[in-house]
Amino acid sequence: MSDERYDANFIHRQSFIELDARERAKALFDPGTSRELAGPFDRMESPWLPMQGVTPQADDGCVVMKGKISGQAAVVVALEGAFQGGSMGEVSGAKLTTALDLACADNEKGIPTSAVMLLETGGVRLQEANLGLAAIAEIMASILTLRKYAPVISITAGTVGCFGGMSLAAGLSSYIILTREARLGLNGPEVIEQESGVDEFDSSDRALIWAIHGGEQRYATGLADALVDDDTQQVADAVRRFIAKGVPPVHRSSQVALYRNRIAALDTSRQWEPKELRATWGTSSFAEEKQ
Amino acid sequence: MSEYLGIRGTVWFRALTGQASPMRGDPGSVLTADVSLGEDNTRFLCVVRDPHARFPCARDGQVGLEEAYALATRVREVIEQETGAVKRPIIAIVDVKSQAYGRREETAAIFLAAAAAADAYGSARLAGHPVITLVVGHALSGGFLTHGYQANRILAFDDDGVMIHAMHKEAAARITRRSVENLEKLGRTIAPLSYDIRDYAKLGLLHKLLHVDSPENPSQQEIQNVRDELIAAIDDARHSPVDLRNRLQSKEARETRKASILTRTILEAQWAEEQVH
Repeated sequence: MSDERYDANFIHRQSFIELDARERAKALFDPGTSRELAGPFDRMESPWLPMQGVTPQADDGCVVMKGKISGQAAVVVALEGAFQGGSMGEVSGAKLTTALDLACADNEKGIPTSAVMLLETGGVRLQEANLGLAAIAEIMASILTLRKYAPVISITAGTVGCFGGMSLAAGLSSYIILTREARLGLNGPEVIEQESGVDEFDSSDRALIWAIHGGEQRYATGLADALVDDDTQQVADAVRRFIAKGVPPVHRSSQVALYRNRIAALDTSRQWEPKELRATWGTSSFAEEKQ
Repeated sequence: MSEYLGIRGTVWFRALTGQASPMRGDPGSVLTADVSLGEDNTRFLCVVRDPHARFPCARDGQVGLEEAYALATRVREVIEQETGAVKRPIIAIVDVKSQAYGRREETAAIFLAAAAAADAYGSARLAGHPVITLVVGHALSGGFLTHGYQANRILAFDDDGVMIHAMHKEAAARITRRSVENLEKLGRTIAPLSYDIRDYAKLGLLHKLLHVDSPENPSQQEIQNVRDELIAAIDDARHSPVDLRNRLQSKEARETRKASILTRTILEAQWAEEQVH
């Protein structure tokens, strides 16, 4: 079958977005080296969802896998966007923070171990409210501890995106990998419209949403380290590249003066055309990935 | 009485520091003061309402871009100016409505600003600075993740004007497709859903609940009591690990966060197992 509209690269591409959390996690490891921890057979379910008439899931929408990437120990934690919007509950949160802590303990023992977070999440699972928020605070604390020893890489591929408290977890990570189908931000358009009015943000304006939260814009304004196609090989290659790079000299979230000055320079008397920011924010101050 | 009033931050900042002004170059919404507390030269920080804030969506006690970066700057100063062996304590007084919900905020990456403040607080804690949070009013959602939730110890007043939550009632009800009444009813049996600080205390995340008869108009004796509690919390933090494990070890957490503890136990056991080929 030959169709001139599709080039060879496209035909041979394996979509990453179409994979579920388990398949995504597995695809990042050296073949045959990964195993799942606290998997569905351990039945670590949310104790809070059944009380509210919501069916829990045997892995609570969070897949933890340990194995090797480029021959080195790594843990990958993937959030399943198809279960409760990838939201963080008590169990999924405990899985992620424990995985990061165990990676940290191995580094302290002299076993270099990196961590990859696949973030497809709306943030706190509101049925677990305060335990979800507390879990995110603990995840953030664990990222801060681990990233001294080894890179913590976050990937948002789509289609859920990474929002709410978990966008802070992405913000703390050593490297951020996005696709054009990814969105990254603290508050989603619907929430902003609800809280601040339709004049502030029209959540039906798809173009505006992508112009602000979209992966391409985040990369073009130096807020992400790599922009990759929806291609499993490209995502896996980017992960290998950042693991090889190791811990960055300064993390983005520690560059306070740089970003504070950028905010101070903004004219807040009007709304901006998002692309305006590309001119001034276009280069992240540490070695930026050029695709 | 869960409406955000936005006055308690200033009341308690003034009560504990005798001051209520921002440092040079900071927005009017971020108060910082260095005052002696017990043996320590302690840095106090608070985010307050500023009707004249540059960003329109951050004028009512929300933590926005300027607030987050000002907090990050003032916390990092404490880490960087460190000279002696004794690490200076940092106290976050919390009464925040939420994070700022705005288009400008999203465009200019408030997620990173919030992460930068949390990074500063968390890094201070990891460097050995006792970081103590005192929740005097509201501590909501991303606002609390940005300002307060990375502390070694969290103290809160036990009155109805105090609220720690992931989202305010009306929005949480709407998103989970419930009525506010139904949500309140569920909160009476499901502790993490409750908006009552006494139920929050059952989660085991708090170091202590403190009682003040009238938190908007405290007596000198009550202020002194709170000061003593802060000194005790600083001392406690100094003699404990710098991570957040205490939030899983409290008596309440062992009951309410059983699933967290079990998940941790299972993962730890399986992590160590040799891989089977």
